[in-house]
Amino acid sequence: MARKLMRGNDALAEAAILAGCKAFFGYPITPQNEIPAYMADQLPLRGGVYLQAESEVSAINMVYGAAGAGARVMTSSSSPGISLKQEGISYIAAAELPCVIVNVMRCGPGLGGIHPSQGDYFQAVKGGGHGDYKLIVLAPGSVQEMADLTILAFDLADKWRNPVMILADGILGQMMEPVVFEEDLKINQVEKPWATTGAIGRKPNIINTLDIVPESLEQKNIALLTKYDEIRKQEVRWQEIHTEDADLILVAYGTSARVARSAMEEARKKGLKVGLFRPISLYPFPEGEISRLASSKTEFLTIEMSSGQMVEDVRLAVNGKCPVHFTNRLGGMVPTVEDILEKIEEIYEGSDH
Amino acid sequence: MDIVFQRPESMTGEQMHYCPGCTHGIIHRLVGEAIDDLDIREQTIGIASVGCSVFAYDYFNCDMQQASHGRAPAVATGIKRVLPDKMVFAYQGDGDLASIGMAEIVHAAARSENITVIFVNNAIYGMTSGQMAPTTLIGQKTTTTPRGRTVSEAGYPIKMCELLATLDGVTYLERVSSHDAKHILQAKRAIKKAFEIQQGGKGFAMVEVLSTCSVNWGMTPIESMDWLADNMIPYYPLGVFKDVSVEEGV
Repeated sequence: MARKLMRGNDALAEAAILAGCKAFFGYPITPQNEIPAYMADQLPLRGGVYLQAESEVSAINMVYGAAGAGARVMTSSSSPGISLKQEGISYIAAAELPCVIVNVMRCGPGLGGIHPSQGDYFQAVKGGGHGDYKLIVLAPGSVQEMADLTILAFDLADKWRNPVMILADGILGQMMEPVVFEEDLKINQVEKPWATTGAIGRKPNIINTLDIVPESLEQKNIALLTKYDEIRKQEVRWQEIHTEDADLILVAYGTSARVARSAMEEARKKGLKVGLFRPISLYPFPEGEISRLASSKTEFLTIEMSSGQMVEDVRLAVNGKCPVHFTNRLGGMVPTVEDILEKIEEIYEGSDH
Repeated sequence: MDIVFQRPESMTGEQMHYCPGCTHGIIHRLVGEAIDDLDIREQTIGIASVGCSVFAYDYFNCDMQQASHGRAPAVATGIKRVLPDKMVFAYQGDGDLASIGMAEIVHAAARSENITVIFVNNAIYGMTSGQMAPTTLIGQKTTTTPRGRTVSEAGYPIKMCELLATLDGVTYLERVSSHDAKHILQAKRAIKKAFEIQQGGKGFAMVEVLSTCSVNWGMTPIESMDWLADNMIPYYPLGVFKDVSVEEGV
């Protein structure tokens, strides 16, 4: 298995093709442009379809059509473009169509800037579009995970008949790291008897999100919630480092988690018992695992490149059992190791540890 | 006894919800007959769009997808690109196609997507109870043009066939009407041809069908047919606006 030095966006695109992605519908926006460029270059040569849509709105509806026709399909964009896709994502979730949606986050609100951010956490994990629905949301923390979680995303999408979002950011998309692709990757081909492929010798299949009978729509809503409950039981993913003896646990995902890990190592050199908890699945959120770590002997410090979004889920999981602190940078700024160390020391000075 | 008339196999027989005097039912039947004539029912995937025709997925006896408002050509594109050997048609109203879905129809046409679009123009939003459409005529009263549409307030109605005819990607465009038997027969020929063009891999084909909305126009069914003939056809002339299918050897 050869190691290759690759950019995060390129590794993600290559992984999608290896996972059997047969169609990609995109629209230009920085900092994700390498993904459509890679797909345009490679997908037609490897048995797939690349199409540049006229807008993000059209791209997500092309995904709806292709996913409904049974293909493994992906789209990618960045924050403002993901906002435009939200109506389509709601329809895809309602119709229970498997697909992968990539958000290489940039800073907002509005047109914001092109620098990295984690400001779309709420949009990704709480819904984003209208109505009661959930995406499965995966947050890579390295170029290797940009690849691995994309392959996993296609499998989870098919397994649960649910849209899966890869929530990355501009740094993960643009940075280069060594990445290994498994040779002879086995694609988990799932039968899709519900897909609209032409009603040959069977009754017509209908991909639909409309139901004007409340009694009937309520049952569909309940069926979706039951599915999400099952996803919460089965698909929680996270990484813990040095949490066993920690009296301060950093909680961060994606790029923030990389900086937090360095800060944790620096703190350990100073004799401070700091650990790191990194959620990999943001939905389902590892609330049970955080709750397990919360006690009168621990405190938490959540680090985000947002005004404070995931920290709300950390506080819900901790449920008052111990203090949950927060530090952040905004506007495309990335917290430094020094920023986080300073906050760690401030917490230790103020606590009775 | 010979059967001389029956429901097309491509229709389900589900009771339609359309109002008295509305010609959606006739146009559905023409599409069903065309699919039967070409024996492509099992190869066809249709797209229902938001508006009165959204329940088309209950009426056509073939695989169906229901698209969000205006996006039927994008959904059709997604299906056709991954299943290029299948037949894909979108059935859209005027609010859906000519207002919120303007970008999708123009770009699907420009790409020469090999799909068939049935565009039903009744000059009003029916499902939402009669608001001004992009095709509402000057002077026509709707709930949102209560004193009649004026140019100064709402601009001009959009002629979609004329607009799309400017695009190189378009293979076939025809405007037909559904107000009497003679025109319905012509509409049938046009719709069938639009499917044949797709079958031959010749690119984008759209048939605009002028239709009625008796309830929201505030008329009887018979008055509606006359109003269509007297008011809509002068502004939306019938005929073929583009046909390069012969040059391309269909």
